[in-house]
Amino acid sequence: MTKVLFEHRGKKGVDTFAGWEAVGGFQALKRALKMKPEEVIEEVKASGLRGRGGAGFPTGVKWGFVPKNTGKPIYLCINADESEPGTCKDRVLMEELPFMCLEGALIAAYAIGAKLAFWYIRGEFDLSERVIRKAVETLREKGVIGKNVFGSGWDVDLVVHRGAGAYICGEETGLISSVEGDKGQPKIKPPFPAVEGAFRCPTIVNNVESLAAVPWILNKGGATYAALGTEKSKGTKLFSVSGAVAKPGVYEVEMGYPMRDLIMNECGGPQAGKTLKAIIPGGSSVPVLPAETALGMNLDYESVQAAGSLLGSGGVIVIDESQSMPELLAILGRFYAHESCGQCTPCREGTGWGSRLLNRIDDGGGKSEDMVTLERIARFMTGTTICFLASSMAMPIQSFFKHFRHEFEALLPATTEARGD
Amino acid sequence: MQPDIQDQAVIDADELMAKTAGFKLSAEREAMVDDLQSRYPNKKATLLPLLWAIQEQEGWISREWMAYAARRCEVPLSHVLGVVTFYTMYHQKPVGKYHVQVCRNISCHIRGATGIIDAVERKLGLQHGGVSACGKWSLEHVECLAGCSWAPVMQINRTLHENLSPDQAVKILDELE
Ligand SMILES: Cc1cc2nc3c(=O)[nH]c(=O)nc-3n(C[C@H](O)[C@H](O)[C@H](O)COP(=O)(O)O)c2cc1C
Ligand code: SF4
Ligand code: FES
Repeated sequence: MTKVLFEHRGKKGVDTFAGWEAVGGFQALKRALKMKPEEVIEEVKASGLRGRGGAGFPTGVKWGFVPKNTGKPIYLCINADESEPGTCKDRVLMEELPFMCLEGALIAAYAIGAKLAFWYIRGEFDLSERVIRKAVETLREKGVIGKNVFGSGWDVDLVVHRGAGAYICGEETGLISSVEGDKGQPKIKPPFPAVEGAFRCPTIVNNVESLAAVPWILNKGGATYAALGTEKSKGTKLFSVSGAVAKPGVYEVEMGYPMRDLIMNECGGPQAGKTLKAIIPGGSSVPVLPAETALGMNLDYESVQAAGSLLGSGGVIVIDESQSMPELLAILGRFYAHESCGQCTPCREGTGWGSRLLNRIDDGGGKSEDMVTLERIARFMTGTTICFLASSMAMPIQSFFKHFRHEFEALLPATTEARGD
Repeated sequence: MQPDIQDQAVIDADELMAKTAGFKLSAEREAMVDDLQSRYPNKKATLLPLLWAIQEQEGWISREWMAYAARRCEVPLSHVLGVVTFYTMYHQKPVGKYHVQVCRNISCHIRGATGIIDAVERKLGLQHGGVSACGKWSLEHVECLAGCSWAPVMQINRTLHENLSPDQAVKILDELE
């Protein structure tokens, strides 16, 4: 299977400047600098690359939204917040292939006309941050970040901006607020960041994995990338598999790869002695699927959607029969309640209220009407808020109830009277 | 994410600003902040890195240092207070020399986080949010640390420990004693 992101993974010294150069590093950046920015954007459009941060928006198309000649500076934000439970892929890219990630970011900055880029990295990261900071320093010393990069006349600067513990800063407008020195609260769209983002200037926010694919695309051509994967989901994708499998880890496969093969081959099947019950295919925010449904689908945007979930961030969470679904949902509920930024009433109240109900069901103190109430809360949290965090709690509630209703009902009294209240 | 306001006296911003007029970070950190302020579009945007520099030097961020940050970034003190209380990693009171964070989110839970949390709590004699009397330890249960494929995980200061068993977790703490 063709590897794009992990083509050079594990090669000795590939995390150093010289090592990255030795495997053809910076050729793509040099090539890009000889092209017009619009031509770079066209190449990325031709690749069909879609954003790997969760939403799956076509990367080249997004770059094309930056308005020309507004006279305002343009900014690039690299989203290395990686906070979606079940997701740990960007960490691997940054720690093992930092110069590939940075090369991709610099190409993006050139394509959109940004002179300043912010590498937004979550505050908890240790190694990833040290590696990226050191790589940025090296690139400054070598003149790859700075004035007149590779003699092209193009200037660029890049700073590492460390978050401080807030899931919501992974949402692109929350990230922008955080870069601006504010609380990481999302902003109403439109205006979309590409038109009016950081410091009220055009801003592109891209996930690390999206940008990391860009050097390969420029080296091999957009069409070569587009030939990988499926009709609508091009290229390859990283999946960070966690939970009840023998070999959890981060794997790169072509889009359209069968989930069953990922679990049985790459991950060595279920963890010893465990039977699979359910799989959340794209990070904690997407709908859970019964294991047999998930194992029968292919890993591309359309197939996962047809099966009733979303590809999301590619965080595959594998759940076995020994787990209690009400307990897992209570854990997710607590997470979203903790992470709600509090701006929108449906989210602030809904996550907190929902979390309290889920906790009491899990503790055996639930009331018979709690599931109906939760379904109502989930409904009124969907589509009524500034960002998708509220829906990110609604989707788990609805899907856990849909597929594992019996586990919740088993914890609840049949009728309100039965409990005497 | 609610600010912890219980033990906070009303602050007189002007008084605090006057009191902290002479505050300075180490020369190296001041130079770092100067460098960032020359690169960022405005001073306010350097508030998060500045708060990190303060916390790295002082271990936590006191009201006095918040006043310093307000002056350095040219924002009101209330803005700094809002930011510090929004982000969970900025400490508003001292934490232990070893700040232990155990992940309690879904992937770690499936791989046995509950056992790790129990073992660590018993070992340190602390609950979530606790700081030991000797000042050596503090404990926090945290949400996903992006180490899900190596679950269960625990982070001590800035080092992530992966694929833990309860015994291993205790052993790691023992070795720090
Ligand atoms: C609540 C929430 C959290 C998010 N967290 C992340 C994150 O940690 N990392 C990320 O890359 N994108 C995250 N996103 C998606 C971003 O908003 C945005 O779509 C993405 O950074 C765009 O980059 P891409 O087009 O390259 O995927 C999150 C979105 C939401 C609604
Ligand atoms: S939906 Fe929730 S997290 Fe998003 S902006 Fe509204 S309150 Fe904040
Ligand atoms: S769930 Fe513990 S690191 Fe992700």
